[in-house]
Amino acid sequence: MSLIIRNIIRFSLFILFQVYVLNKVPTLHQFVKPYIYFLFVLWLPFKINRFWLLIVSFLFGLIFDFFTATPGWHAAACVLIAYVRPFLLNILLPQESTEITYAEPSFKSMGLTPYAVYLLLLTFIHHAYMVFIQWIQFGNFWFFLGKVTATTAISLLLIIITELLFVRKAKYKTNLA
Amino acid sequence: MRKVFLFIKQFFNLFVFVILQVVCLVLLVNYNRTYEGLYTSYATEVKGLVDEQYNNVDYYFKLKRANNELTQQNTALMQFYFSEHAGADTAFETFADSLMRDSAGKYNTIKVLPAKVVGNSIFEENNFIMLHRGGRQGVTRDMAVIGPTGIVGRVVDTSANFCRVMSVLNRNFKVSAMLKKNNYSGIIEWDGKDPETLLLHNIAKTAKPYKGDTVVTSFYSGNFPPNVMVGTVKAVVKYEASSFYTVKVTPSTNFFTLQHAFIIDSENYKELKALEQSAPEHP
Repeated sequence: MSLIIRNIIRFSLFILFQVYVLNKVPTLHQFVKPYIYFLFVLWLPFKINRFWLLIVSFLFGLIFDFFTATPGWHAAACVLIAYVRPFLLNILLPQESTEITYAEPSFKSMGLTPYAVYLLLLTFIHHAYMVFIQWIQFGNFWFFLGKVTATTAISLLLIIITELLFVRKAKYKTNLA
Repeated sequence: MRKVFLFIKQFFNLFVFVILQVVCLVLLVNYNRTYEGLYTSYATEVKGLVDEQYNNVDYYFKLKRANNELTQQNTALMQFYFSEHAGADTAFETFADSLMRDSAGKYNTIKVLPAKVVGNSIFEENNFIMLHRGGRQGVTRDMAVIGPTGIVGRVVDTSANFCRVMSVLNRNFKVSAMLKKNNYSGIIEWDGKDPETLLLHNIAKTAKPYKGDTVVTSFYSGNFPPNVMVGTVKAVVKYEASSFYTVKVTPSTNFFTLQHAFIIDSENYKELKALEQSAPEHP
């Protein structure tokens, strides 16, 4: 399956799963809200142009926003993590090998610790920005702190479950072909 | 000039990022201020179609509850209907009045459109409901929506066959409501925390609200007809400093199983709104 088709399928599946499964789950508390849709942005290929990375994330967020009737809210957070992503990858990717040999970020392609840091930081940034926008509208500091911590924790749990359930075949790209 | 282009080229991605962020925030701010749907009605239609597919499955699991609620409402309406027409003077009338006019010669200004709920969110801070009725069936923005057991929300956006309703469980929703026992009115709002608790603000201390009292829409509710059930008093929050109570209200509508709703088209409200818009704000 080519990279483009795979990402188009992911695009729709992440939105549908988030809207029709996770958003229907009864919440334990106001702070605990399961989010996983933004994993689409984290899984985009390494070699994507930075301009297109921003545009794709923007469209992804905006279409998701339509389903939850909050235009611009998720899109803003998605654009932010799409902008930060290349800088973070620059730092975290092993510097010795000059060429990137895998298609997209995963445990296998980046190594366990760098990938975990990558997930943690971007998840945190995403939620912090989203809840920050909410905080401007209402709520207080404890709302901000509590919600960011709780949603980040539950998102990381969901991401780990997803990684275990759907093992992505990370293709090793050789230079022979 | 060349330097300007070089500068733009160097920070091209930063510019794109900033522009996209500004677009997002403008969308967000405008939406929250005017509560209007910014997307085209085409997008509402698409969302409605997807929601309808989901609801086709979901509906079966909630059918029993929905049936019970509708039967209860039917019983109440039957009771109302017969008590209205059992007077000595109108006992001979056996036909239904198709002119929307009652026996005293007054016209009915309220039209009710039945609608199927196809999409419903409960667990967000701002919840919306999708109904399978739209502009083609005569739905316009700001119409009130009630369910079999109480108020549901207000129409904010319509497409050809679907409309988006701002649920009572939305931080931007406000409606005037009163205690049924003594007609003291206040404002119903929701704080985004618990879908089982609404807040009724500005109830005067002389109203003496007690747990279990019925709360209904008031005579100032605008698009809502008066005396529609809102809920029952759950608890009364007392502040020593204020001369008003904040009352916690359990909504009578079960938003978890809501499947049928009625859109209220009020002739008076249209006139009232037109008057409000034509009158100068600072006379």
